[in-house]
Amino acid sequence: MSTAVVSPPARSGSRPGSMVRHGLILAGRSVAKIRKSPETLLDVTLQPILMLLMFVYLFGGAIAGSTDAYLQLVLPGLMVMIALTASLGTGFALSQDISKGVFDRFRSLPIARSAPLVGAVLGDIVRYAVSLAVLLGFGMLLGFRATTDPVSVLVAVLLVIAFGLSICWLSVLLAMLVRSPQAVMGMSMVVIWPLMFGSNIFAPTETMPGWLQAWVNISPITQLSDTARGLMIGGEVAGPMVASLLWMAGLLLVLFPAASWAYRRRLSRG
Amino acid sequence: MSYAIQAEGLVKRYREHTALAGVDLSVPAGSIAGLLGPNGAGKTTAVRILATLLRLDGGQASVGGFDVSRQPLRVREIIGLTGQYAALDEEMTGLENLALIGRLLDMNRRSARARAEELLEQFELSDAGGRPAKGYSGGMRRRLDLAASLVGRPQVLFLDEPTTGLDPHSRNQVWSMVRSLADEGVTVLLTTQYLEEADRLADRITVIDQGRVVAEGRADELKRRTGGQSLQVRTSLPADLDTVAGILTDLVGRAPHRDEESNLLTVPVEDPVVLSTLVRRLDAAGVVADELALRLPSLDDVFLALTGRTTGPEEITEAPVKEGNLA
Repeated sequence: MSTAVVSPPARSGSRPGSMVRHGLILAGRSVAKIRKSPETLLDVTLQPILMLLMFVYLFGGAIAGSTDAYLQLVLPGLMVMIALTASLGTGFALSQDISKGVFDRFRSLPIARSAPLVGAVLGDIVRYAVSLAVLLGFGMLLGFRATTDPVSVLVAVLLVIAFGLSICWLSVLLAMLVRSPQAVMGMSMVVIWPLMFGSNIFAPTETMPGWLQAWVNISPITQLSDTARGLMIGGEVAGPMVASLLWMAGLLLVLFPAASWAYRRRLSRG
Repeated sequence: MSYAIQAEGLVKRYREHTALAGVDLSVPAGSIAGLLGPNGAGKTTAVRILATLLRLDGGQASVGGFDVSRQPLRVREIIGLTGQYAALDEEMTGLENLALIGRLLDMNRRSARARAEELLEQFELSDAGGRPAKGYSGGMRRRLDLAASLVGRPQVLFLDEPTTGLDPHSRNQVWSMVRSLADEGVTVLLTTQYLEEADRLADRITVIDQGRVVAEGRADELKRRTGGQSLQVRTSLPADLDTVAGILTDLVGRAPHRDEESNLLTVPVEDPVVLSTLVRRLDAAGVVADELALRLPSLDDVFLALTGRTTGPEEITEAPVKEGNLA
């Protein structure tokens, strides 16, 4: 190898085009990592499957009168839950890359500073899609049947993924504020569980006390679950969908700048 | 002379802690510079600033003529960085790890792969290239990590403690790779807590301690600065010990230390010129010497003299086995 010391032409790392290109290459990296160790998807997929089994067969009869009826009601909500749990992985993976020094390597390359962030989030789309496919497949094995059309089901899936992409900035934010990857997981669960159960995923809102109903009715999880239900087993779609989209926009508007701020802060502390 | 790295008065503060308190550094293009200091001296901070990973709080620095604060992207185009911890994707193969960097450097798939294979070959990893990095030994990981920083053929290479935790064999491999890079014209800045490493590799050494430069120069200059050279003579025959001791006493004005077991005589000297006189006198006396050396103090001695501290017990236990004489 001969090292002709010629000043290389200025690369295009600062242009938005290259940010997307490098982001996609790094997203490819995340996907390759999932392919090499699919067990990382286990917790994300196993949890809803266990919940599905537990709730449908344990409480289904009590809550909805029959397990079959409950399966229809709970499965769309569990899709939202998957997005919520899977979104934790984004912060965890980023935190791991930073503490292992992989980020230093990336940041010493002439690529946009945000490319690793973009890559991580884009790569997550695959995680969401795989986990949702597993849940839907399993649900159908148990007898879940969408009563609408395939396009509506697809829209529901895409909406849930979009929700995952807007809420994942919360885990990024936490990951940047908390040092160790393990602490990120712990912190995130504290945030995620109340969100998950403070919704109508598992039980009808009418059965809850008033103060809880007040929150559950406006909760983004409820709105999105209603939207998914409407799209998959029929019912009102427009209202909850607008509310869900507003929630997503709001979450992005608050969480994305906050996460970016924390990301830059963490990196400048080195 | 053109400098590949120039830094003046680097300052970096973390809340109440000052990591760098005004560090100057000039590294001529194509040379190897060693940044030597104990844990927490500020070595890594300095490297991270020069590699544009950290913003500096004072002073200025340029790499390859580009200002690290104002033209970080240009700096990143010409540098390679190997951090303290191997920055590898464990699940990915060696080849995939390297090819990813190539892709990020805007190579197409084929040239990224070709470059990766070329580097695997160069770093004697061709056989392991298809295996996941998690199965690699410490030395292999380090080599792969070093290879990863070379994908873009950097003009300036930063190595942060490149041999920490390596066995002597792997360490020698890394050393010879660093040397051959420098031979090809790459400027190398390496940090180390191993005095021997700086001594063996670096053209010039900057000793830093608590965020300040405490000494700068070539290894032999640093050693000479602390004084304390000594002259060593090993005779072939034990019978000659007395004769040689007499000559030495006469030359230097003090009696040498005698090691009867290895026929070794050692005496401190101020003026290195005595060596040539000694050779003539030994010749005239018909004494055959197996070894004749002017021994400079080791960098360990220098470090102790400069900072009032040794490099610390935990580094010493980890330090590589010394091979041969430092003189």
